[in-house]
Amino acid sequence: MVKFIQHQVKTWGLTELFKGMALTGKYLFKKKITVRYPEEKTPLSPRFRGHHALRRYENGEERCIACKLCEAVCPANAITIDSEEREDGSRRTTRYDIDMFKCIYCGFCEEACPVDAIVETRVFEYEFQERGPHIMTKDKLLAFGDKHEKQIAADRAADAKYR
Amino acid sequence: MVKVEINGQVVEAREGDMLIDVADKAQISIPRFCYHKKLSIAANCRMCLVEVEGAWKPLPACATPVTDGMKVHTKSAKAIAAQKAVMEFLLINHPLDCPICDQGGECELQDVAMDYGDDVSRYTEAKRIVGDRNAGPLIQTDMTRCIHCTRCVRFGQEVAGMMELGATGRSEWMEIGTYIEKSITSEMSGNMIDLCPVGALTSKPFRYKARAWELKAHNGIAAHDSIGSHTLIHSKGNDVVRVVPRENEAINEVWLSDRDRFAYEGINSAERLLQPQIKKNGKWQAADWETALAFVVDGLKAQLANKDKVGVLASANSTVEELQLLQKLARGLGVENIDHRLRQIDFALDQHGFNTPALLPALDAVEKAKSILMVGSYLRKELPLLNHRIRKAAMAGAKVHIVNPEAFDFNYKLASHLVAPAKLVTELAGIAKAALEIAGETQQAGLEQVVVTDAQRAVAESLKTSGNAMIQLGQIAQQHASYGKLQKLAAMIAKATGASLNILPIAANEVGAHLVNVLPQKGRNAAEMLKGDMKAFINFGIEPELDCANGEAALKAMHAADFVVNFTAFDSAEQRAYANVLLPIATFAETAGTYVNANGLKQSFKMAVEPKGDAKAAWKVLRVLGNMFDLQGFEQTHSNQVLAEVLDNPACSVDFDAVTFDFSNNAEEYTLVSPYAVDAIVRRAPSLQATPDAQWVKKG
Repeated sequence: MVKFIQHQVKTWGLTELFKGMALTGKYLFKKKITVRYPEEKTPLSPRFRGHHALRRYENGEERCIACKLCEAVCPANAITIDSEEREDGSRRTTRYDIDMFKCIYCGFCEEACPVDAIVETRVFEYEFQERGPHIMTKDKLLAFGDKHEKQIAADRAADAKYR
Repeated sequence: MVKVEINGQVVEAREGDMLIDVADKAQISIPRFCYHKKLSIAANCRMCLVEVEGAWKPLPACATPVTDGMKVHTKSAKAIAAQKAVMEFLLINHPLDCPICDQGGECELQDVAMDYGDDVSRYTEAKRIVGDRNAGPLIQTDMTRCIHCTRCVRFGQEVAGMMELGATGRSEWMEIGTYIEKSITSEMSGNMIDLCPVGALTSKPFRYKARAWELKAHNGIAAHDSIGSHTLIHSKGNDVVRVVPRENEAINEVWLSDRDRFAYEGINSAERLLQPQIKKNGKWQAADWETALAFVVDGLKAQLANKDKVGVLASANSTVEELQLLQKLARGLGVENIDHRLRQIDFALDQHGFNTPALLPALDAVEKAKSILMVGSYLRKELPLLNHRIRKAAMAGAKVHIVNPEAFDFNYKLASHLVAPAKLVTELAGIAKAALEIAGETQQAGLEQVVVTDAQRAVAESLKTSGNAMIQLGQIAQQHASYGKLQKLAAMIAKATGASLNILPIAANEVGAHLVNVLPQKGRNAAEMLKGDMKAFINFGIEPELDCANGEAALKAMHAADFVVNFTAFDSAEQRAYANVLLPIATFAETAGTYVNANGLKQSFKMAVEPKGDAKAAWKVLRVLGNMFDLQGFEQTHSNQVLAEVLDNPACSVDFDAVTFDFSNNAEEYTLVSPYAVDAIVRRAPSLQATPDAQWVKKG
């Protein structure tokens, strides 16, 4: 009987509605955390794993030495590497392809790389409208690295103390 | 037998066995670098230290003989501490360049370091750097990586028989090198690559091509000599990227000759023929298989009116299946001119029948021979792994006698080395006469004029008295203008002394070619076919100008013919100048097949990679051709069915007693073929062609 009366009061007194509205009202006057993407952007961690890039040393020499550890560790088999001896006798890739459709952005390639050649950058705003361009070739990856090197280097430096 | 306790497990062993062998047999792993079961014990890496109860310090398992009741701990705190300490010292000077090292992924040091290495180095001093030496076109050196296990040095001393690498300096300053800048020239040098536990010696042709973990391994049979070594063909994608030995104690042990190891480069040659080509109205054009085969059928049918003017020349490196279908096709068409003995000059014995070449004692039994007479043979280069067995026999005290038309290097001590320029037959005749005299034989057909020297008598004496003697006729004897006489003389010596007569098969499937009867039973032999009056040729896997005894004459004969069909894996300007059809066929790695080795062992193998381009397995092409000619017996759908047809074919032999020769006047020409010019694939392996052995010129 008591339960019945309590239920009737809750139902006809609209107490739950007011409780909910109170919560809504509380957030109405709080500081907003949403951003107006794409005009505004959320802050990104230096560890963000976005578009891949191949880096170079300061003297312009490509870092990648074709050790194929990234290819081996890649859980999605997204990386394909062919290697050969370059004219100067150093070990280099003749092909470095990442299939961006296969990639799951786990970052293992970056972890495996002994020379910090393959990295995942902050860039995540890109799309592919057809097959073909989604294969990131060595040239594209190097060009991407050149374009974003400043940010890439800054991110590695910021994260260095935790490694 | 003694009982040893290793890690609490009781193991039976023979007294005097080394602890590491006993542990290996019981599948208890002990880390090691310098120890190798085929090499002498050096005990210099110290990685195999184990704790033996009663010994106050750890002992190296590779150099500690077992005794009864010995108690060994390989995983005790003391053993592990010793192993870890050794590992730390080894890693002091080893560079951290695994990412660019070709050994990475199959490196013994890497593997052992995973178990016993520390993740942090305490070493802060400067690391040692050693300059690299150019060791030739096959082996890449990176001596900074060397951990001084000296396996390569011991291999040179004990197996290759030429000490090409040695250690200079001591401790920190010890270096392995060639001392003077010179390339490694041993015909088995590639084995050092397998022996090296680190990346100090790696394969030059394979350099930076692939990682061990990317490769697929396929069981293969070596296709360039008659030993029939077991191999692993490693492929990446659809390309053969390297060949390594597969252990088989009875045949190749753990070794492989350089020719069989590096010839794979030819498979990937840019000269591969990728599509059937036909010559219509004097112009070459690519065609599909149907058109090309129809063209072959039409062309051959026109020539078949004159069957004795059609010749079939086959490579003895073809598989049993290919040769069987080829001879079946030829004989089905009524063509009896078929031969595979392209480098032979003298066919005098053919009228008495055909002698299937064979190595009679099994390869491992060769080691037990007591006396060996080699006639016309540079065995080191002809059959490196048989030479290795004979070397072992020689080291064990066997007397090795050589009769050669010129002096060659042998890597063991010879009891006698009879060099007879332009007198090979006379020299052998002397030995034969001596043998007959010793045996008390008075019948000396044709040898009455021969004068026996002391050296010849000594050879005959040694063959007669030693027991377990062998006579071998090598490649030079077989390519000698008096081959028939040499065979007869060798047979006489064998009979008089009780030695076994071994006419050594040289090419991979020479025995098989005899078994399936790719021989001119009723027709012309190779030399007669190449006289220049033939109207049509079917060339199977050969380049006549390079594979025949007289290349020039062969080429002329081809040009003189009206219709030439070439089954070939490679394209060349020479072929296009004389042939009418080029049919691209698969190489040894791209087809299933069988080789019969020197001991008569039939060894089948499967396809490792797909044929390049539009090339097809040759036995399939022949089968279809048979169907197109409406011949019987071409219904096989699997290579095994072809093999089954010839499985029981008997070897044939010649009754030498019925053969007579006059030995007073002998032709003495012979040809010398570089070991790296024996077949089309080897000739297209650039690394082998860059070695000194490929630079031989024809003599004789």
